[in-house]
Formats: sequence, C-alpha cells, structure tokens
Amino acid sequence: MRIKDQWNEQRIFGSRTFAALVIMGLLSLTLLGKLLYLQVIRHDYYLELSQGNRVRQDPIPASRGLILDRRGRVLVDNEPAFQLELIPEQTPDLADTLRRLAELKLLDPEDIAPLKRIIRSRRVFDSVPIKLRLTDEEIGRFAVHRHQFQGVDLRARQTRHYPYGELGVHALGYVAAVSEDDLDRIDRPGYAGTTLIGKLGVEAAYETQLHGLNGYQQILVNAQGRSVKFQGAFQPELAAQAPVPGTDLVLALDLPTQQAAESALGDHRGAIVAIDPANGGVLALVSHPGFDPALFGRGLTRPEYATLVNNEDKPLLNRALRGTYPSGSTIKPLMALAGLTYNAIDPERRQFCNGEFHLPGSRHLYREGKGGKHGEVNLVDAVARSCDVYFYGLAAQLGVDRIASFAAQFGIGALTGIDISGEKPGLLPTPAWKKQVFKRPQDQVWFPGETVNFGVGQGYLLVTPLQLAHYTAMLAERGRGFQPRVVAGTRDASGRIVRSNPVAGSATNGISEASWALVLRGMIGATTYGTAAALGKDARYTIAGKTGTAQVFTVAQNARYNANTVAERLRDHSWFIAFAPAESPRIAVAVLVENGGFGASVAAPIARRVLDAYLLDAAAPAPAAAAPTTPPGATQ
Amino acid sequence: MMVDDNRDSAARRTFSLAARLLSALKLDGPLLVGLGLLAVYALLVQYSASGRSLETIVRTLMRLGLGTVAMIALAQSSPNFLRGLAPWLYGIGIVLLLVVDAIGYVGKSAQRWLDVGLIRFQPSEIMKIAVPMIAASFMHERRLPPEWRHLLVLAGLILLPVALIAMQPDLGTAVLVFAAGTLVILMAGLQWQVIAGLAVAGVGAAVVGWNFLHDYQRQRIRIFLDPQSDPLGSGYHIIQSQIAIGSGGLFGKGWMNGSQAQLDFLPERSTDFIFAVIGEEFGLLGLIVLLLLYLFIVSRAIFLATQSTGTFARLLGSSLALTFFVYVFINAGMVSGLLPVVGVPLPLISYGGTSVVTLLAGFGILMGLYSHRKLINS
Repeated sequence: MRIKDQWNEQRIFGSRTFAALVIMGLLSLTLLGKLLYLQVIRHDYYLELSQGNRVRQDPIPASRGLILDRRGRVLVDNEPAFQLELIPEQTPDLADTLRRLAELKLLDPEDIAPLKRIIRSRRVFDSVPIKLRLTDEEIGRFAVHRHQFQGVDLRARQTRHYPYGELGVHALGYVAAVSEDDLDRIDRPGYAGTTLIGKLGVEAAYETQLHGLNGYQQILVNAQGRSVKFQGAFQPELAAQAPVPGTDLVLALDLPTQQAAESALGDHRGAIVAIDPANGGVLALVSHPGFDPALFGRGLTRPEYATLVNNEDKPLLNRALRGTYPSGSTIKPLMALAGLTYNAIDPERRQFCNGEFHLPGSRHLYREGKGGKHGEVNLVDAVARSCDVYFYGLAAQLGVDRIASFAAQFGIGALTGIDISGEKPGLLPTPAWKKQVFKRPQDQVWFPGETVNFGVGQGYLLVTPLQLAHYTAMLAERGRGFQPRVVAGTRDASGRIVRSNPVAGSATNGISEASWALVLRGMIGATTYGTAAALGKDARYTIAGKTGTAQVFTVAQNARYNANTVAERLRDHSWFIAFAPAESPRIAVAVLVENGGFGASVAAPIARRVLDAYLLDAAAPAPAAAAPTTPPGATQ
Repeated sequence: MMVDDNRDSAARRTFSLAARLLSALKLDGPLLVGLGLLAVYALLVQYSASGRSLETIVRTLMRLGLGTVAMIALAQSSPNFLRGLAPWLYGIGIVLLLVVDAIGYVGKSAQRWLDVGLIRFQPSEIMKIAVPMIAASFMHERRLPPEWRHLLVLAGLILLPVALIAMQPDLGTAVLVFAAGTLVILMAGLQWQVIAGLAVAGVGAAVVGWNFLHDYQRQRIRIFLDPQSDPLGSGYHIIQSQIAIGSGGLFGKGWMNGSQAQLDFLPERSTDFIFAVIGEEFGLLGLIVLLLLYLFIVSRAIFLATQSTGTFARLLGSSLALTFFVYVFINAGMVSGLLPVVGVPLPLISYGGTSVVTLLAGFGILMGLYSHRKLINS
C-alpha cells in the first residue's frame, strides 16, 4: 500500500467541501428566486388560473317572458320539458356517442354534423342541448341506456308552450334551438344556458326583452369537471346571481277577434289584418295555412320540415306581411280622393257606364270587371258599386305621376314599419320604375293603358294585406296613419301593464273634409246598397267597406272571365277592406282570399265576422253611437 | 433558586441520558432531530395530499420504521466492514439490474421491480449506496486527486449501473446514481480543468445521447423548454404544479385547502409533485421552512463527513450528503419549472417507494462512519 499524503488529502477535501457548500448555496438561491417569482411576483396571475380551474359558472337560464293578448289573456307561456344535453368535455368519444344516440333514434343522423359544429363553438364545459322536448317514450328509451352515455343527461328545462296551437303563429312567431347562425349574432356569454331563441314574429322581434338575463351559480369542480362540494376539508364560498326573467309582452292582438278571423277564413288560403286605426295596434293577424309553432320548439324532424317547405300552399309564408297581390278595386277610395283633391272630377256629375271603356284614339277595350253596366253613376255610386269605367276615365285624367304620388301618401309601395320583421314593400309602379327595371327600350315606355289599369288596382301595382289594412285605417282616420304594431306594451312583475305610445306613420295632406265625407259615403254605400250590400244587412253598426277582385289571369280581349272554367289557382283573388263603426272607427280590416273569386261574395262575409267579434264582444266597450245613419244619397 | 436548579439538573439529566443512548446506538443527535422534524412534516403533508387517508400515514410510518431499523443497523458497521461489503453489494446490484432488464426486455415493458416473495424490491435503489461505496472504496487505496487511468475505471464502475438503470427506463434514479458516483470523484479532488473538459464532453455526449432517449423522455425535455406547447398533454404536469405553487403565495391557502391539490388538478400530488402541494397549502413560508430543514440536514451530514477519518469515510459520507441535496434540488427544480421532469421524488416527503429506506440507510452509514472515527485514530 502506497503511503498516502494525509495532510494533502485533508486540504483537497476541505477545499472541495467548501466549493460544494458554495454551489449548494447558489443552487438554493436559484430555487428561492424561482419560488419568489412564482409565489410573490406572479402570485395574482397563478391565483386567477387556479380560480379558473376550480370554479365554473353554471348558467341559470332566465324564464322567457310570456306573450299576452290586449286583455292579458295568455297566448304563449312556458312549460317544463325534458331535453337531452351533452357536456363534450365529459364525453369520452363524442363521435361514437352521437352515432349511438342516432342508433337509438334519439338523434337524426343528418343532425350530427351541424351538432358537432355547434359543440365546437361552445364554451368549455357548456352543456349543449342535443334533443329538445323528449316524449315520454323517448325518455324511457334513453333511461334504459343511460349508463352507456357518459356526459349525456336528461335535464328539465322550460320550453315554450302555445296553448292555442297554430293560432296567430305568423304574428307570434316561434322559438327553436339556437343555431350556428344565431351563435354568430348573439351575445354568447349572455346566452349560456339558453336553449331556445325566437325565430319569427314577436318571438324574434322582441327576443331581447323576452329572453331576460340569465343568472349563474358558481360550482366547484374537480379536474374531471365533476361538481364537488368540498375542497379538501373545506367548503368554499361560491357566488351566485339570480336570473332576471324576460319581460311579459302585452299585444294589441285581441284573442276573440283573432279566433274569429281564423275560423272565418276557414280552409281558404289567405290573410286577414285588423288594425286599431286610433293607434296602429294590430288586433288580428292571420295568414292561412299556418303551422304548429311547437314543432320547432321540440326540433323538427327532416320529413316534417320537408312537408312544410314543399307544401304548395306554403304554410311558412306569412301572406299578411309578405304576400303581394294586385289591390283590385280596393284602391278606388284612394283614386276618388285623388280625383277630388286634384279637382279632376266633379263628384256630382253623373257619367254613363255601358260596361266598356276606350282610351281616345285606341281600340283597346277595358271591360267592366264583373261585366254588366252601371248606367249613370256619380262619384259616390262609382265607389259603392265599384264602377270600373268611371275609374278608368278618372285614372286617365289624373295621369300616372299624380296617382303614384298620391298613393304613396297612404303608404302604398312602402314598408308600413310594423314591429315584426319580414314585411315586403309591394310595388307602386311609376314610369321611372319601369325604365329602371325593364331591359329592352320598347318595354321601358309607360303606356297610357297602364295608367288606366292602375285606376282599378290592376297591372303592376302590388300590395300586401298589411299595407291594405294600414291604408284602410288611414281612410278611417281621415289621413292620419300609425305604424302598425303587434306589441302594445309590457307587463311588469307586479302585473302592471305599461302601454307604449303609438308611433305616427305616413300622413296625407291637402285632402279636404268634404272629400273625406264623399268617399266615406261611397264606402258606406258599398255595404248598404253597393257591391257588398248583403254585408251591411242587420249590422248593429255602420260599416264603411270596399270590395276588390285582383286578377291573377288576364282574360283575352274578347273573352269573358268565367270562374268555373279557370283552374282554381288562376282564379281571381278576393279582397275586402272595411272599417267600423263608420262614424267613429275602432277597427279597420283587410281580408284577402287567394283565388277566392269575387271580393263581395267571399272576402266580405269573412270581414263581417271579424268586425262582429271585435265590436260586439261583450268585454269590449260598447260601440259608440249604435244607431246607424244612412248616408244621404245612398238610397235607391 | 433551589427549585430552578433542581429543574435545571433534571433537564440536564434527561439530556445526558439521551446523549448516552444515542452514543451507544452510534447515532447523531442533531441529524436525527432534523430527520425527525422532516418526517413530521412529511406526515402532515401526506395526510392532506392523500385526501386524508389514514392508510397512507400508516404505510409511511411503516416505511419510516423500516428505514430507522436499517439506519441503526448500518450505523453499527465500521468503515472497514463497509469497504469489504462494497464489491459484494455492487456485484449483486449489477446482477439484479441485469435480471430486471432481461425481464423487462422479454416482457417488452418498463421494468423496475423484482418481486421477492412478500416485498417488491427495486435493485436500482441498492446502487444509490453501492456506487458511491465502490467508488470511495476504490479511491481509498489510491492517491488523491485521481489519475487518468483511475478515472477510466471509476467511469466504468459508475456508468455501467447508470446505463442499466436508464434502460429500464428510469431516468430519475439513473441521474441520482450518476450524481452519487460523480460526487465521490469530485470530492476526491478532480482537477477543475478536467471537470471543465468533461463538462464540454458531456454536452457533446448529450447531443449524441438525445438520439438514444426514449420518445417520452425527449418529450419531457421538450415540454420543459415550452410547457405551453402541450397544455393538456405532457405539459399539464408542469403547468398545474406552477399554478399550485404560484397560487399559494406567501402564506398558502391553508392545510388541506389547496384547490389544485384537493380537486385533482395536480397530478401525482402525493408522490413526485408533493412539493407543489406544500407550496400551495403552506406558501412560500412553508417551502422556506422545508428548504431550511433540508439545508440543516445536508450541512450536518457534510459536517459529519468532514469529521470522519479515512479517505473512504470522507468520500462516501460527503457523497451521500450531497446526493441528498441533489435529490432535493432536482425534485424542487422540476416541480417549480427550473428543470425538466425526471421521476425524482422529494426525499423523505414524497409518499411511497423504497427510497425512504435507502435514504435513512445512507444516513445510518454516515453516522456510523462518524462515530467510528476515534476507533481508527487510536
């Protein structure tokens, strides 16, 4: 064994120990530095991250506001129903889970792709509704297989309930599952927990008010996302915010009037709009055929949707707002007012009607719509008996520009500004319009004959039933118009109804009181001795009305229109507009029956039932001045 | 005054009785107190981290008991006996490692354990003691600082078991065994120029070695460099442990009230990541107390090593003491994001494994080497 240098070894070992202690010290300081950084400098940041880890906000959906009729009768409310919801983070194999749900017939296989997209765009740990409103049978089917579907559960949620079914569906609208498009539009955090969103009508237009503010409840979750009560040995305090329920809406709509209107229209395709002329409130709005709004609330199956879309009666089309038709003779009171205002006619001068009209220098024949001859008629008679020949001449005399600018004062060709979306402006034709729309130069010319047709509401002119109701209300109010509105106010939590102020709309100017009086006489004449004489019989109030028949199919020059020989869909549309009581109008109504034929025979009796329902309703205030006055000059 | 004196002498009598008992058992009082405090700390934290599991506490107490027995037993052995034991322990260790690797190779899976009847036994743990023992024993008979040819032998002695352990694969233990062996050489006075040269060579080897790493090991290093690159996958551990430590702040969220630990966000919270639980529940203050406790234990152990007699005793003792610090630093470093994640538990605090027994056995050796100093001098 070699001799070891003890002293040298001691020295080496001592210096190495010292070096080791120094290095240890440095490493400890490095570690301490890192800990200071994490626990002191970045403490707030990490505290927030840990808070985000452990606490999740579980949304509490606000209950959707109710929709009530003008007297507070419930038209739309909520009812609890079970729906299937899925939390993607807790679902081990999303694609497989959805596929197996489809196998159980709880999902439509074609819905899987859009559902996946919605799931992707939702926030972490949001519960995504995958099937709304399960039937008892479906609940049972899922319950049996529940253990196979981790992350999927049944939850009781409020869904929309329409106690009257299809009633007023085109006014009330419907709700349906929040779609991908909706997600791009809405305030997403505010809709966390919301399943249904308004899609049409009042439900869509007043979505913000009806929806309310969702609340939340913080819940403690563990790393697996499961809700737990305790954090170790402690139960931490968790914040909560109660939801603010949606506002109850009070409509202008009158339930009995709406019911009467729907039953009066029966199986006809058509539309009815009734307006309170004093404020524009929509008393009834019917478009038939309609559909069951509840279908959308529970999720439409593909065949059901196809049936709705492919139905040639177009149940999804809101005819009241979006159906455009020639006005037919309902335009005549407006023409008469124009003639008087522009001093184009002497109202008392009698003209002879032999059933035919020629423009000077033209051989084209303009026939009396219904055939026949009226003999000698003055202005009031011409309105009451709807003499086409009289108005052919008047229109030719006024010229298209004056007619168009006068009609525009009544909102023809423009949106009425109703508070539900989707309305169409129709078409108020002018030479300028024609020039813009037609391509070939020879088509761009405005022909004098087109002005003649304009006089009786045929040709290019197109109106919606809503526009005609609005126009009728303006006739009733002698030129004062309001924007039609379905919603009249709100009801607060204490049950107090707050009515909103009517919004003034278009108004006429320069029409004399005498002119209004003459036209009113003509319209009362229509329901007493004129085209709709049958209507006014035994009415307990005076009705001012006007029939209209809108041609769908142009009859050849020398032929006669025969309803029996023309295919049903090519038959004329039947119109009737009216307001009552004529002296102090409380309701203005426009009725359209598609392919109904002559206005007086189909549309007028329907209008009468609507007027009766509203004016004779026991609950309604008694109609003012019940004694009908016979207008002078109306006697025969 | 009389009463006070009596009391004082009573205390003194108790104290001297304990001192005599320790001396008879060849144990070191201050080191024992340090380890005892650490054990109490460990039980407190494990109770919280395990979700108040009494079973965990009982098992830890059993391991501590077993470790204490090993410590007392080894404290009785003389340096000469240990030197004689070194080649045997080393040889048996290598054979067992080969057996484990063979079983792992046949079974095509990671294999670290041997089932020996009642207990599962981890041969790599032997190497934590056997490697510094054989290295210190080798240098004991040679001149310090080590010469080149001796270095080559030492490198072989250290790298063979390190390679076998790394192949299991168990990177954490391989690193610790490598550290234990290398620390012997460093304490033996390896010249600084050589250390620098080897460090450069080491970096070169690391670049080459990258190709031999398992995918999951490479991934760990990548994640260490950028934990956010895979926040829900492999980076999850580091992110969650940093959230736990950082959210603890100065004073912590309170015992058994750490949301990261109690709500399962922190993975492996009672084993490798228990350091984060302490950081979350006891805050920076708790971690500093823990680190001071560790530094006290290491310092005392180094002191014992410097007071020991003979090259073997000093090299082995200081290597065991410093390896303990390496243990602490690697675990705390990986949990707090200073170092990549390698599976190294926090010594004596992490739950489970045979490391408690090996560590206490190491301290037993240290105390034995110290208490046998006079015998050799005389």
